[in-house]
Amino acid sequence: MSVLSVNNLSVSYHDKQIISGLNLQVQHGEIVALFGASGGGKSTILKAIAGLLDQVSGEIHIGDKLVLSNNINIAAEHRHTGLIFQDYALFPHLTVAENVAFGLHQLSRQQQQQKVTEMLTLIKMQEYAQHYPHQLSGGQQQRIAIVRALACEPTILLFDEAFSNIDPQLRFELITDIRNLLKAQKISALFVTHNQDEAFAFCDRIAVINQGRIEQVDTPEQLFSAPKTRYIAEFLGEGLWLQSQIQSNTLLQTPFGEATYSGSQNLAEYVGESAMIYLRPHQFTLTHDPHSQLQVHNERFIGECYESVFQWQQQSIKVKSAESFLHQTVKVEINAKISKVFI
Amino acid sequence: MSSFSQTNMPQQTGKPFIASLFIGLKQLKHLHISTFFIALLFATPLLSIAVEALAPNSETFAHIKQTVLADYIVNTCILALGVSALVICIGVPLAWLIAVCDFRFKRFFQWALVLPLAMPAYIVAYTYTDLLDYAGPIQVALRDWFGWQSASDYYFFDIRSLTGAIIVLALVLYPYVYLMVRAGFLEQQANLTHVARTLGYSPLRSFFKISIPVARNAIIASTALVLMESIADFATVKYFAVSTLTTAVYDTWLSYYDLAAAAKLSLIMVLGIFVLLYLERIQNGQKQTHNDAKLSAQKLTYQLTKKQSILAIGYCCLILTISFIIPLYILSDYAIDYFSQAWNADLFEITLNSLIIAGLSAAIAIVAALTLNFSLRVKPIKLHKTSLKLASSGYAIPGTVMAIGVLIPLAFLDNQINALADSLSLSPPGLVLSGSFIAIVLAHSIRFIAIANKGIEASYAKISPSLDMVAKSMGQPNRKVFSKVHLPLIRKSVLVAGLLIFVESMKELPAALLLRPFDFQTLPTHVFQYASTEQLEIAALGAIIIVIVGLVPLIIINRSIEQH
Repeated sequence: MSVLSVNNLSVSYHDKQIISGLNLQVQHGEIVALFGASGGGKSTILKAIAGLLDQVSGEIHIGDKLVLSNNINIAAEHRHTGLIFQDYALFPHLTVAENVAFGLHQLSRQQQQQKVTEMLTLIKMQEYAQHYPHQLSGGQQQRIAIVRALACEPTILLFDEAFSNIDPQLRFELITDIRNLLKAQKISALFVTHNQDEAFAFCDRIAVINQGRIEQVDTPEQLFSAPKTRYIAEFLGEGLWLQSQIQSNTLLQTPFGEATYSGSQNLAEYVGESAMIYLRPHQFTLTHDPHSQLQVHNERFIGECYESVFQWQQQSIKVKSAESFLHQTVKVEINAKISKVFI
Repeated sequence: MSSFSQTNMPQQTGKPFIASLFIGLKQLKHLHISTFFIALLFATPLLSIAVEALAPNSETFAHIKQTVLADYIVNTCILALGVSALVICIGVPLAWLIAVCDFRFKRFFQWALVLPLAMPAYIVAYTYTDLLDYAGPIQVALRDWFGWQSASDYYFFDIRSLTGAIIVLALVLYPYVYLMVRAGFLEQQANLTHVARTLGYSPLRSFFKISIPVARNAIIASTALVLMESIADFATVKYFAVSTLTTAVYDTWLSYYDLAAAAKLSLIMVLGIFVLLYLERIQNGQKQTHNDAKLSAQKLTYQLTKKQSILAIGYCCLILTISFIIPLYILSDYAIDYFSQAWNADLFEITLNSLIIAGLSAAIAIVAALTLNFSLRVKPIKLHKTSLKLASSGYAIPGTVMAIGVLIPLAFLDNQINALADSLSLSPPGLVLSGSFIAIVLAHSIRFIAIANKGIEASYAKISPSLDMVAKSMGQPNRKVFSKVHLPLIRKSVLVAGLLIFVESMKELPAALLLRPFDFQTLPTHVFQYASTEQLEIAALGAIIIVIVGLVPLIIINRSIEQH
């Protein structure tokens, strides 16, 4: 059952179309990322869903409630969403407890207090109830922002670049904690980000946005190994386009030797034709070869491996390898199965 | 030893004027001594009042205390609180409309609503008295229409009252609240309101629950400024015959020549203002409501409907018309009709007097402020910090009190000079200091140096200390660091501060009224004199000149806000 259903959503700003004909579904308990480059309209989509924009058309269902259609545009305060921002947006003049209780105005004081305690216990921050936001660290503030939204039992949580302000060392710890919390509470979430690592770590599915349009919605693994478009392939990481020839349904001939194809597309009808494949630095293997013309002319140590660079057909090719090959002549082989070809 | 002693003679070619003046300071081997003496000079009025007020109670003060002091204090409090309440009612909604709402003519109102700042309160008081008095056009028209014979036949609001003074002061002081609270709203993160909306709050409830509390510091700071200005007002309350502490100081000095009694009354006022500033400061430190400016780039905007826009435009028009357009129209009308009588050699000389006093006051304040700030920059020791604070204390002192504070030491010095001349069998030179326009210049410099200190301090804070270190590592002495690095970087704020002091000095009435030599007039005293004798038509031209000069800094401030 989907808790968020967006159909044919269009958004304009000062009469300029920013989002056009967008469709998106988020299932119950699912965390979905809206992933794309900055300025691509991701946050606009989030605000349109939250009901914070005026020039919006299309249809949005949140839970079983129609909140946007031709003649309906329900105000933000009646949509039952929870918004979490990069800057936490905690009310600076209210204590942690008052912040969490902010949306509980329909409850009695005692019920509010009970809920606040319950929420703070959930994130193990009971002792901070009387603190002000500026007395907390970034991670603590973001935890409070999340339980403040959760306290109102929203149908869906909307995260706008919510982790990008957190110290990188603590960020993935927080992401794991929040993901576990949402999964335990069976809360659905839509997460806007331009950070691939965050999207992969936090979400079940990722919708890649390009110029206001969704290009692909898939699991992180599928997206990475079988991108539907060249844009997605390149956006998800540095690599090299190689022209290859289709030998059979499972075999490709590349300039660096044969490569196995394991994708879902049937290539039998394209045998003999050429196709483009996209290979990332970790999908090559280097071995020392004194007879090779290829020489590693540049190299840097990046922690878990070396990144070696050599020149091939006027292109710089990067390869990740466990050992150093600096100034050595090398043989290059493809070590991975190819999941996607672009014919 | 100060590093000034290690410097060489500067090259004199092509130096800016202020830099050349400042280079003279190298003669003072110890910069911190000069800093201390400047601070002492600028704190002298306050110290003089405190010392003079310690004198035993005179008969005059005892009489005032027994009879009218309580009334003075009560009236001053009612005036200050009434004006504060009214400016919040006028200024906060205007600030919110302009900062957050989108409607037609918003850009025009954004700057136009600041215009009343150029209008000294006493000029608005004169124009509204002219308009609303018994003999004014409105009451005359009402009597004609309804056939009323005398004032006893109908009720009409008496502008010459405490309520009238509150309204007039609020009309010219609301821009402080409007400007500061508008900035507060603009700095607020739109996300705070967005979150409040998703937590079930309507735009109006979000305004009261989030926008207002988060802008609390701006509201309180601007209201404190208005409270201070209301307490300091002299001309409006004097004209409306409302007895407050400022009029009491004036009357005590000019009617009884009792300096000690005037000093005691002044001290009551100064203490009140310092308590106010202290309360404002401690509340400011209580709760942090600041935003991270880096994260506040996204602005909250409500697109108003046609009906809402009409209401917003109507409200802005109403305030602008009452506070600026009507007074300006009345003054212009008189200035044109009576131009031939008002424009004469006297007015030209009076204008020149005002320009000279304003120019000298600005120059002295700027040189002193540069010295103080540079000292603090070179050696950020406690003495320099305290000196800067001490020198800035003048802004909290009302003009009448400042006049008394300047008069006390200058009269003392005059007495000493005359005694010395007497002992040397020379003819006594008379009141060379307290009886000359130097006293007015000094009073204005001391009262307004805080403007220069604030601007220059803020500019200095933006200059990275590494620039000084780099310049020093290249062998540049302090004076070169000042003239080649600091001055070019803070030049703009120095010029703006100089201009602001110039304009404030052009408008300042009470100090000039109390300290001016016999037969010496400035534009405000000229306007006050004619307006007090019900000759607004002659005073109008002078008033228009003051308003036009007052518009200059507003244009600069608005341009700077828009650029920001």
